[in-house]
Amino acid sequence: MTIAAEPPRRAFRPGQLLYDTRYRGITIQVVALILLVALIAFLVRNLVVNLHALGKDFDFGFLGNRAGYDIGQTLIPYTNNDSHARAALVGILNTLLVAGLGCVTATVLGVLAGVLRLSKNWIVSRLMTVYVEAFRNVPLLLWIVLVYAVLSEATPAPTAFRGEDAEASKLFGLIAFTNRGTYIPSLVWGEGASTLGVVLVLSILAALVWRAFARRRQEATGQPLPVLWVSLALLVLPFALTFLLLGAPLTLDVPTIRETGIARFNGGINVLNSLVALWIALALYTGAFIAEIVRGGILAVSRGQSEAAFALGLRPGRTMRLVILPQALRVIIPPLISQYLNLTKNSSLAVAVGYADVRATLGGVTMNQTGRELESILLLGLFYLVVSLIISGVMNIYNRRIALKER
Amino acid sequence: MSDLDAQTIAYARDTMLPPAPPPRREAGAVRWVRENLFSGPLNIILTLLALWLLWAALRDVLPWAFRGIWRADSVSECRTIRNELYGEGVSAACWGVIRSRWQQLVFGFYPSSELWRPPLALIVFLLAILPVLFANLPRRLLWLAPAAPFAIVWLLWGGPIWGPVAAALGFVLAWVVWKALASRGLLVAFLGALVVSVLYWAFLARPLAAALTSILPLGLTPVRSADFGGFTLSIVIGLSGISLSLPLGVLLALARRSEMFIISKIAVIYIEVIRGVPLIVWLLVAQVLLNYFLPRGTNFDILLRVIIMVTLFAAAYIAEVIRGGLAALPRGQYEAADALGLGYWQAMQLIVLPQALKISIPGIVNSFIGLFKDTTLVSIISLFDPMRMSSTIRATTEWGGIYWELYIFVAAVFFVFCFAMSRYSIWLEQRLERSHR
Amino acid sequence: MKKSVLLGTLTLAGLAGVAQAATLDDVRGRDALNCGVNPGLTGFAAPDASGKWQGFDVDFCRAVAAATLGDPEKVNYIPLSGETRFTALAAGEVDVLARNSTWTYSRDTDLNLDFPAVNYYDGQGFLVPRALGVTSAKELDGATVCIQTGTTTELNLADFFRVNGITYEPVPIANDAEGRQQYLAGACDTYTTDASGLASVRTTFETPDDHIILPEIISKEPLGPAVRHGDNDWADIVRWTFNALVAAEELGVTSANVAEMAAAPTENPEINRLLGTEGEFGAMMGLEPQWAVQAIQAGGNYGEIFERNLGEATPIGLARGLNAQWTQGGLLYTPPFR
Repeated sequence: MTIAAEPPRRAFRPGQLLYDTRYRGITIQVVALILLVALIAFLVRNLVVNLHALGKDFDFGFLGNRAGYDIGQTLIPYTNNDSHARAALVGILNTLLVAGLGCVTATVLGVLAGVLRLSKNWIVSRLMTVYVEAFRNVPLLLWIVLVYAVLSEATPAPTAFRGEDAEASKLFGLIAFTNRGTYIPSLVWGEGASTLGVVLVLSILAALVWRAFARRRQEATGQPLPVLWVSLALLVLPFALTFLLLGAPLTLDVPTIRETGIARFNGGINVLNSLVALWIALALYTGAFIAEIVRGGILAVSRGQSEAAFALGLRPGRTMRLVILPQALRVIIPPLISQYLNLTKNSSLAVAVGYADVRATLGGVTMNQTGRELESILLLGLFYLVVSLIISGVMNIYNRRIALKER
Repeated sequence: MSDLDAQTIAYARDTMLPPAPPPRREAGAVRWVRENLFSGPLNIILTLLALWLLWAALRDVLPWAFRGIWRADSVSECRTIRNELYGEGVSAACWGVIRSRWQQLVFGFYPSSELWRPPLALIVFLLAILPVLFANLPRRLLWLAPAAPFAIVWLLWGGPIWGPVAAALGFVLAWVVWKALASRGLLVAFLGALVVSVLYWAFLARPLAAALTSILPLGLTPVRSADFGGFTLSIVIGLSGISLSLPLGVLLALARRSEMFIISKIAVIYIEVIRGVPLIVWLLVAQVLLNYFLPRGTNFDILLRVIIMVTLFAAAYIAEVIRGGLAALPRGQYEAADALGLGYWQAMQLIVLPQALKISIPGIVNSFIGLFKDTTLVSIISLFDPMRMSSTIRATTEWGGIYWELYIFVAAVFFVFCFAMSRYSIWLEQRLERSHR
Repeated sequence: MKKSVLLGTLTLAGLAGVAQAATLDDVRGRDALNCGVNPGLTGFAAPDASGKWQGFDVDFCRAVAAATLGDPEKVNYIPLSGETRFTALAAGEVDVLARNSTWTYSRDTDLNLDFPAVNYYDGQGFLVPRALGVTSAKELDGATVCIQTGTTTELNLADFFRVNGITYEPVPIANDAEGRQQYLAGACDTYTTDASGLASVRTTFETPDDHIILPEIISKEPLGPAVRHGDNDWADIVRWTFNALVAAEELGVTSANVAEMAAAPTENPEINRLLGTEGEFGAMMGLEPQWAVQAIQAGGNYGEIFERNLGEATPIGLARGLNAQWTQGGLLYTPPFR
């Protein structure tokens, strides 16, 4: 018995492209595509015409030319005789440096502030509220300039470090805070330092192996082994032994003040105040946002969870570590990563304090000296795009991993 | 009481004791302090640390601020007054700079006689969106909203009133055509309205405005975009950026969730590219590169270019907020719309978007706070926002070398604006949460 | 697809070549001169308390507007940062860039600009606190130097220290106000920029006498207005407006007496040619015969403009120096109006 009759077959009519839902989608997409291609063609044509009229070409050759300008803070060797490409690379590394430092510090600050904001201590929780609100509601640019101004005013000039009874002294005799920058000791790799490195890598591996072994043992027998202390011992003891045996191959180059001529420090590494200001401002600003995320994440774990853990006899520390944190982290981490992304993009405000990030070298001085704004801005945009795609790629992977665990 | 009792119990209370106050250390301020501030070693340390921090921060700042000198017209005058009052070398704020230059910080170079216009424009804007922000106001107020943009543009930039009126007529015309053709299908009506209004704007609007102006020259003093500055500029860029990006953001969010492959991929690429690159680079593009991509000879002012760029930028963020709102709607809503036999646009217009937008308002307000703060970036491309204005004031001979006072003033104003908006957004979120239960 | 773009490009490029010129027509059509200026450098260009732009460069803009449009007020001042000024000019956002920009070889050739005139001969110097105990720039070995980014000073500085075999640490700063602040806070040993700028900075200090400008001038900075390459007619107008201001000073024409001198031909034929009472000099550039009169009326001759904005009576207090007339031992030497 076949009741369902075939729908009447009719010839295809053009009107169906508009009114038949089966085809309308295709029509819309084709139209959209055509419009998009037309728009791009329009823009590209204008570009070509304009470039021609201005007598310019599209050429990245300028990157090989001598840059001619100096950069205060570099991670790789650079002089004004190097090329614009190297200056751009210095800028890229500087951006990544401040972004990396900022992310770590912002996380620490944010977690601290987020937890303390939930504290029962009235003063502390109020103070954290003030911190969070102050930083969330005032533009970052303003904070960067303010921190920079505070740094230049609150720290002593290098001359203060001079003489027998100097007005200022170095922290632990190692680090000098001045209004130019913070001078920190640098590591000097002496004879046999590579052995030391090998030992360090080996002990890290050993610690990891011990951790895995302890976990497997606990799962099998239920007996916990001391992970923290053994790992620490594994890390410190072999390193210290080799260090002594090899006769201290690793030394610190401590910055010392030059007593004659213009006051400056010799030796060590100078971390410019522009970097410090940008770093602190970015960390404090992003930290305020992270604090809110952390607070929200902890509050999102229902009270029943901790009560159940207590009922099972878990101590508060373990409750936090085994029950609350894993659940809170699932809420915290995705917005946290997007805060990292924001921080990286915000580091482009370095221009306000003259820190030589990629926006200041490639998108600033190089662009201005060579007049290649199209090429420079294109490269600049591409760099930021790649970084943010990598970060959001990481976020997607994480999201997929926690999504799998959901039951 | 029996004898037995009398013999076995040595003492029995037969009246209630009057209630006694709790021990002093368990009551009032002392108890509060003990429980909240000094309940354990960690807490004591934290409290002391916090107190020290407060003291360290305020020790120098408060006297400096309160010694502040208001009646001065230059830095050197400030210094003279300070030396007279407190002696040399004492730190004292010079608030005189705010008193003498507040007008520039707030309005930029807006003509002094016309200063009532920007605040009035802001009030018009607030009145127009009030029914959206507070749901218990009468819905009828919404009718004001379509007229508001034209009124605001006219108030801010001035010129004859007929320009905005003629432009607004185009929309009225489009609406009339839409209504007339609606029975013939959405597409026909849409195309008809589009063609008629575009033709009107291209050929009729300008002569019409000119004719009306010559008949009845009614208007305000024109103000050039270059005269906009200070917080007026920030608010103009922020508010126009957010309002203009809203429709674009809705379209992008719908496109991103669309089942049509190409459409959704275009939306994804747009959103990711815009969000992946910092605003400051986009502003550079607006200032430096936009002219390369437009037909030769096109040139419009930098404020308009910045607004366009900020709109395109904010649209990507708004799209993500609204996408969140769309995703938060229960599937049942979509299915119910399908079951009713509604078409895509009908379902969106009648069922999905009203609910999704309502959920998204806190997110939109937060985006706006972000955008409003980001308007300070235009100082880097030499627009006279509060930051750039501070630099300009600092560069003059009278006020050279002053900066804390300016920064603090700018920060305080930003704080008031943003804090109020974030409170509103929190209030709204809580209300939404309640209404959902 | 690609072919059609190329083809369209070629045809349009042909058109564009024709449409290129005629900045003067644009200015007249707009009835305003778009003038790119420094967003805030006291003495050269800065808005005052009422938002009115003041300064040496601003007065030049006013003179050009007066010469071309007859009204010195018809100027749109477009503040441009050091990093974007040339792009704005190239893109047609401004008609003339009067933003104390140095005339250099690569800017003239590679950036497709033209520098029709030099309106201020400057040079890069160093400002140091007296307490630093330095009397010559060559003693600055190891100094921390505050320097504005996006300017030629950055390159000069690198060259100077390289040539003298001494080292320095650059502290890049975004603008002049920031530089002043950092220098005063002691974040750098010395602040370097054009000597005129240093003088203007020093005047705003609480104790100007505690700071000295070192004798070395390490670069030549011929500052001048810039225009787009390719529109020679417009470049001529800018060049000769400037020359008219200089010639006016040389010939004793001032804003006070110009109206009187222009009313009837004087004894001096060159003044007559300049002020349009003899010959058709305005028409040769497509301007009115009275163009130079209007330009001089706008803000006076070169000397008046200088004295009002930068001269010894102002807080900036600069001497004429190289910017005096050639008859006074300076470099201002205008070609004859003939």
